[in-house]
Parts: sequence; structure tokens; C-alpha cells
Amino acid sequence: MNVELTLNGEAVSWESEPHEFLTELLRRHGLIGTKRGCESGDCGACAVLLDGEEVPSCLVLAAQAHGHEVTTIEGLGSWERPHPIQEAFVDGTAVQCGYCTPGMVIAAKAYLDRKGGGPLSEREARELLAGHVCRCTGYVKPIAAVLRAAEALGDPRSAGEEERA
Amino acid sequence: MSQDWDTGRGSMGEYDRFRVVNRSRRRVDALKLALGKGTYTDDIAHTIDGLLHLKVLWSPHAHARIVSIDTSEAERVPGVVLILHHGNVPRVPYTTAGQGHPEPSPYDAYVFPRKVRYVGDRVACVAAESELAAARAVAKIKVEYEVLEPVFDPRRALEPGAPLVHDEEEATGICGYDKSRNLVCEMKVEHGDVDDAFARADVVLEREYEVPYQAQCPLEPHCALTWFDEDRRLVVRVATQVPFHSRRILARILGLPLHRIRVIKPRIGGGFGSKQEILLEDLPALVTLRTGRPARLFYTRQEELRSARTRHPQLLRWKTGANRDGTLVAQELEVLANTGAYGAHALTVQSCTAGKTLPLYVAEAYRFLMKTVYTNLPIAGAFRGYGGPQGFFAMECHMDEVASLLGMDPAEFRSKNLIGPGSENPLAKALGEGKEGPPQRIRSCEIQQCIARGKEAIGWERRGTFPQRGPLRRGIGMAALMHGSGIPGVDMASASIKLNDDGSFNLLVGATDIGTGSDTILSQIAAEALGVPLEKIVIYSSDTDITPFDKGAYASSTTYISGMSVKKACDKVVEQLKDAAWEMWQHAGDPCERSSLRHEDEHVRRPDGKALSYAEICLSTFYEHDQHQIMDHASHMSFECPPPFAAHFAEVEVDTETGGVKLLKYVAAVDCGVPIHPENCEGQNEGGAMTMMGYALSEDFVFDGGGALLNDTFRHYKQFTSLDMPPFETILCLSYEPSGPFGAKSVSEIPTDGPGPAIANAIADALGIRFRKLPITPEDIRRAWRERTEPAASAS
Repeated sequence: MNVELTLNGEAVSWESEPHEFLTELLRRHGLIGTKRGCESGDCGACAVLLDGEEVPSCLVLAAQAHGHEVTTIEGLGSWERPHPIQEAFVDGTAVQCGYCTPGMVIAAKAYLDRKGGGPLSEREARELLAGHVCRCTGYVKPIAAVLRAAEALGDPRSAGEEERA
Repeated sequence: MSQDWDTGRGSMGEYDRFRVVNRSRRRVDALKLALGKGTYTDDIAHTIDGLLHLKVLWSPHAHARIVSIDTSEAERVPGVVLILHHGNVPRVPYTTAGQGHPEPSPYDAYVFPRKVRYVGDRVACVAAESELAAARAVAKIKVEYEVLEPVFDPRRALEPGAPLVHDEEEATGICGYDKSRNLVCEMKVEHGDVDDAFARADVVLEREYEVPYQAQCPLEPHCALTWFDEDRRLVVRVATQVPFHSRRILARILGLPLHRIRVIKPRIGGGFGSKQEILLEDLPALVTLRTGRPARLFYTRQEELRSARTRHPQLLRWKTGANRDGTLVAQELEVLANTGAYGAHALTVQSCTAGKTLPLYVAEAYRFLMKTVYTNLPIAGAFRGYGGPQGFFAMECHMDEVASLLGMDPAEFRSKNLIGPGSENPLAKALGEGKEGPPQRIRSCEIQQCIARGKEAIGWERRGTFPQRGPLRRGIGMAALMHGSGIPGVDMASASIKLNDDGSFNLLVGATDIGTGSDTILSQIAAEALGVPLEKIVIYSSDTDITPFDKGAYASSTTYISGMSVKKACDKVVEQLKDAAWEMWQHAGDPCERSSLRHEDEHVRRPDGKALSYAEICLSTFYEHDQHQIMDHASHMSFECPPPFAAHFAEVEVDTETGGVKLLKYVAAVDCGVPIHPENCEGQNEGGAMTMMGYALSEDFVFDGGGALLNDTFRHYKQFTSLDMPPFETILCLSYEPSGPFGAKSVSEIPTDGPGPAIANAIADALGIRFRKLPITPEDIRRAWRERTEPAASAS
């Protein structure tokens, strides 16, 4: 079967088996920023945006993405222009082994987009990361990074978010 | 204390001169990882043509002899290429423990055992064209088992007539391994006249404690890829903390000359000790050797929880003798540990349970008695903390209990008895790495400062002032801690460094960054030593073909041991740079004093202001005059093992109606010497402590009656999440460790020692009830609270 989707803004058409999950489809095509951590939807390492909503791609059949928009970590920022959320994780030493980081960044992106600006509370930052298992950081610095990113994105002086996204 | 013993205090002024270390620079790998471009072991699988996928058949029984294996049906599954089991793989006894040679762990494991010893033991492995085909074939393998009586209780395992977990002839052991019992190893260590000291003590207290299994839970599961390179050498790309030990142990079990194997450590998604194990790379390696094809094995989370490694559960008995003035007189610790089905790290973890804890407090006499036994349960092994968290839970709960008996403030009681700068460690010799260890004497030590600042941050003076009514009860608890920095006299690391024509340097290290930040830390040390910005260091770590040897990422050794090898190599390169600059000036007819040259800001400078940049020196030595490559290497091994020190404080609110414990605040004050990267040290502290908050309150293995793990998913194995993590404060209490690189000691393991006892002590303070078994669950609290408040109800 063929799965057609908009991946990071570009139309793709990929062969897939009916039993294949989205994680595998993406990884087979070199989108390795989407990680396999539990394959049961419990760890968040495989998070992607499906039509702007955060989903664990290990629980989404590839076929379910047919006709939809998928954004992976690769679609968020680049070496030259990292997304402000990515910048905040880097500058805040919130990245340790880094295996959970793409999922956390995706979660923050989904939440902040949905919220559409305004100050973010610490409680909200904790809640948006709650589905993301991290055994390295103790969450202290990721929570701070999300708060800092929200501040940067809410600040009109940090322009360019629209064209980046 | 002798005057000439350098405790580092005289070197503190060096702080002001640091340019790169003791600064929180951007981690060298962080942007790559945040962009999702970090390439972990499995992230190249999609680029490998003809890759075979492996799936393992695991034992459904806790204890059974394999009578026969019938693979005929499985072989007929389309896509199946090879099925491995004990009938077609040579039986070589070895240990999966990734330790130095000779490993102080028994050789009791086989690639495929003939007798399975726990639910999750290896039975067979299928290699197929797809993961699905391999899984289908695994389901079609027919195994006939002779089911044997299992043993699950470590006390029962020692009784005469208990089922024998290991009874084969081939196994060889260390430290009293005895095939007629389930005893893996045993230790008896005494210092001073213990019985006499207890007899003289004003008070003697003896209590028993218990700690559970705990899973490391690296977010990246164990995985490995293997293939033949164009010279038909075996390449092993594996999620490991110990690439050099992996190569050595693989050569042994595969029967392959070591030089025919290359082990590559790519980006690693956490290890926490579980990847200090030669856990799975032998299987794809065997498949590649037999088929000539690349092979891949990637554990599921369930496999990871059932069949990887865990923290040793222990029963501990602690006995303390003290005088009424609060002076400790004697300490005795007895440990009965459960290593599960195999004895990886059995001796050394348990010896650290005493070695990290007992010397923290000065006493006249010490005794340590230890037995580690086999059972038919999951395998224990290395786990961040390495025996420390078990021992500190018992000791630091016990210290609170002794203080209470003496009517003393627990912090004051500890302060009175702690070791300090210049103290000898009386047990270091007896508790070496499977052999006698080098003597140890403390240099840098700021534990009193850790306690003082921690008390202030948590509001210690509020302890004992909380209202003793209503359903919600508050309490504050603490723990004092120490750990180590490497294994003295054993751990060796090396580094090499070369100059490039733009004045940058390639730094090659055997050290293994598994998420710890060591690529950044070691680059910072190199940049500081060479006088260049961090960006001028290009680091490549741990590839057995390319980088020099390093013992691996364990035992809190990377900053202290590997870091010193980097510093030594850089110091040698600085001398070469000065030699070359001197020679260039000499050659140009503008001579100077060699001894007057200094290096800073990427230049070799003369007192008269003239300078040559590293780039100019490199270009000259490459292409013009006295042509040679400026490069050097160095190794480091230390007979010293400077402990980092810490004091942890927890404030809790216990709901006596639900038994729930809410952590209101956690403070971890740590003396890790000079923090090379302060924010990274905070991160280590926060993450290490969080892991152990789960140990204190929520993480445990739940088995069914047959020894099968029931909570084998992240949904049912309850780790702390971002919602559970309390407000957290790290306090870095600076000291200068004279034997470490730029004054540094280790920081990674010590935070794991504190939360168990600090939280248990806070709960005891809140409720007046002492819990001596982890995890402290709501059920435990409700039961104990009801027994206290409604004695009649609990009696009926």
C-alpha cells in the first residue's frame, strides 16, 4: 500500500505494510530524530506532530497518517536556524543523553502552538512534559528550558518563528 | 594531620584564572541532539543493505533444564536465515560484567545455557530478513523443558537442600564461589577490636533494612549492529559503556582474535550501568560470523526490563555502638545480597556497599560481613551508585535512629563524627576491587559546608515545629554521603591530541560519553590546558580501532581519570608548541629564552611581547622548518580515589488518609571539587537524585508466583516524571582536589546515594514512624499509620 502525507511541509508518497507503525515508516526513510523507546506509547521518545497535535508515532499506524500533515523534529529547526525551543534546551544544558530531547521539543512545540502565546506557568511546563520519560536530567532543566522558550516565543522581538514553523 | 598533606585549600585561588573549565559552556553535542541529528546505534540501520534482524526466545520458566529444542517448524517461516541455540553455539563460560581484566565476577554465563535460571533467560535466537519474520519464527520454536524447583528468597537460597541455581562443572568462580551452595561470594572485613568496642559503647543499636530491585531504564534500549568490513573484520556498533571490555570479552566468547574485531561506540541514549554489560552484541556478532551478513538486535522495553540488568536487592543489618556524648565507637554492617540468576558484579557491588558508606564516619572499629547468593530471579549488575544507595539507605536511616536514641539533632550527630581533610580511610585496603586496594587518605573535603548550606536551604530549623494534627503531616530529613572517583590502582584511561593547521586540535579519547557530558568535559579540560577556546577542540571518543584505551564509563571515573589523561597529553603538547616556537625564532635570527615562553590565547608568547599563533606554528612545522606533527598522548591511572561528598535534604508532606507522600522540596549540596561544567554537574545531581526518588517511593519489581516480572512496561514500572519531581536545589560546595584535573572530583554517582535515606528520614520525622524497607508505598504508610492510631482495628 502507498501512504501519502505532507512531511515537514513536503508531499511524500511511501510504500508501507498495513501493520507498519509511523515510527518505523519515518525511521526507514532516514528521519532518525524520532526515537524508539518503548513501543507502547509510554515514553514519548517517538513523538511527532500529526496535523499539529502531539502523538506517539509508535501507536499510529503508518496508514493513519495518509492524507495528513506530519512534522518531525527534523522539520522544526536547522543547524543555521534552530527553533527557539531547541535553542532553549541547548542553552539551558537541558540535553544530556539526548534520546528524549526530540520528543520533549515536539511536546513543547505542540503545546505552545495550541496555547498561542501568553505566559506559561511552571505547572503547564511540567504537564506538557509529563508523558516524556527522561532518566538523565531530573526534568529540572527541561522544565526551565520550556519556560524560557515560551518567553522567547512570546516576545515579539524574537521574530522569525512563523517562517521557521 | 601532617602539615605537608595537600588538602587543596591552598589552590583555591586558581579558580579566578580558569577560562574554560568551571564555566557552563554550550555542550559540544547539545545542538545536534536537540535538532534530532544525534546518530545512535540503531540510527544507521536503514542504510545497511541485507540487514538481518534478530529476535530472542526467552525462558518462560524460572528454573528448568532444556531437554530438547526443535527448530524445524521455525526454519520453515519465510525469511528465516539462521537459528542459534545451545546445540549449535560453543559453550564458553564467561561473565557478562564489562569489567577490567581479570573480571572480579564469576564465569557462570554462556551464550546459550543448557539450564535456564530465570524467566527471561536466553533459550534461542532467530535471524531473519525482517523483525516480523524473526518474531514469527521464535513463536514456532518447540522447547521441551524439565521444570525444576526454583528458589526466590535469598535466605532460602543459603539453606541446605535449597535448589541449586549453578551446578555445572565449567563455571569458574572467584571469592569462594561454591557449586554446592548458592553462595556467589562472601566477605569478612574487620578493623580494630570490634567486640571490645561494642562492649565499651554506652549504647548499642541494631536494626534491619531492606532494599528492592530497581531497573536502570536507559531511554535507548540495548541494541547492536554488526557487519564485516571490506577486510572481513567484524565491526560491532553497540550501545555500550565499555567498548574496550566489549571487544576483549567478545574475542573470548566468539573465539576470534581480538584484532579481527572493531567495537564502535556511537551516540548512546543513557546507560546508568546497564550498558556496562556485554549483554547482547554476541548474538548479532555470531550471526554475522556465520552468515557473512550484517545483523541487528534491538531490545523491546519489555525485554529491557525483564532481561537486562538491575540493582542488587539487599537485606542489611546495621549495628552501631556510640557514647552518650555522641561519639561513634563501632559500626557493623551485614549484607545478604541477591544477584539473581548470574553473578555479574556480585562481589564488587556488595563490597562498595561497605566501602562507600562505613568510612564516612570515624569509629574505633568496623566489621563488614557480606554474602551474595544466586536466586531464580532477574540478574543484578552495575547500576549508577554501585552498591552505595543500598548501604546509604541503611546507614543514613540508622544514623537518624542512633541520634534519636541519644537525644541529639541528626545533623549535629553526623557533623561530630564525619571524616575530614587528612583522615585515613581505614577500610580502603581491605575493600579493593576484588583484591587488596591501595590505602586512601582524604585531601579535599567540604562535607561540613554541604551540611551547613543544605540545612539553611531546606530550613532545617523548622524541623520539629510542624503541627502534629490533621491528616497532612510534614517532616524534614537528611543524609550525609560520600562516593569515589574511579577504581584506585585499576582504572586507566588515555588520550591523544594533535595540532591542525588552523590552530585547532583533534582530541581522541577512549572515554565513553553515554549522555554524561564527558565529550564536553574532556574538551573543556583540553581547551583550558592548551589555552584555546572550546570550539578549537574536535573530540572523537571510543572506537577501539581509532582511539586509545579507556576503562569505560563507570565508577565515576571519567572526569577524574580520563580527564587527567587529557590534561597530561595537552601539557606535553604545550611543551612541543613552545619548543617549535623557540626553534622558529632561533631560525629567524631572533632568539629567546626557552624557559621564558608562556602559552595563552592560542599563542606562544615571549616576555618582549612577540608571539606566534598555534596556527603559525603548525603551518611552519608542517611545511617550512623542522617539519613534524605536533602531537602527543598520555595515560592516567590513580592510586588515589578522592571521594566527592554531599548532604541531601528532603521535605515531605504525608497524607495519612491516603498514605501518599508529596515531596515539597529537595536540596542536594555536593562537593565535587572544581565543577568543570557547573550546569552539567547540576544536571548530574538532579537526574541522579530523581532516579532514586523513585527507588524511595515507587519503583519495585513485582513478580508472579513463578518468578515472572509483572510490571514490565513503563506504564507499570513507576519512575518519577516531570509531575513528581519536587522543586530542587543543587548547591555546589567548591573544593580543590589536588589529585584531579583542575581540581575536579567525580559527581555522577553520589546523588544516587541520598534520596532513599533522606526521604525515609523525612517521613519518619513527619509521622514518628520508621520505615526500614524501600520503596515506602502508600499501602505501607496506611498500614503503619492505622496500626499506630487504631491499634484495636489492626489487631482484629
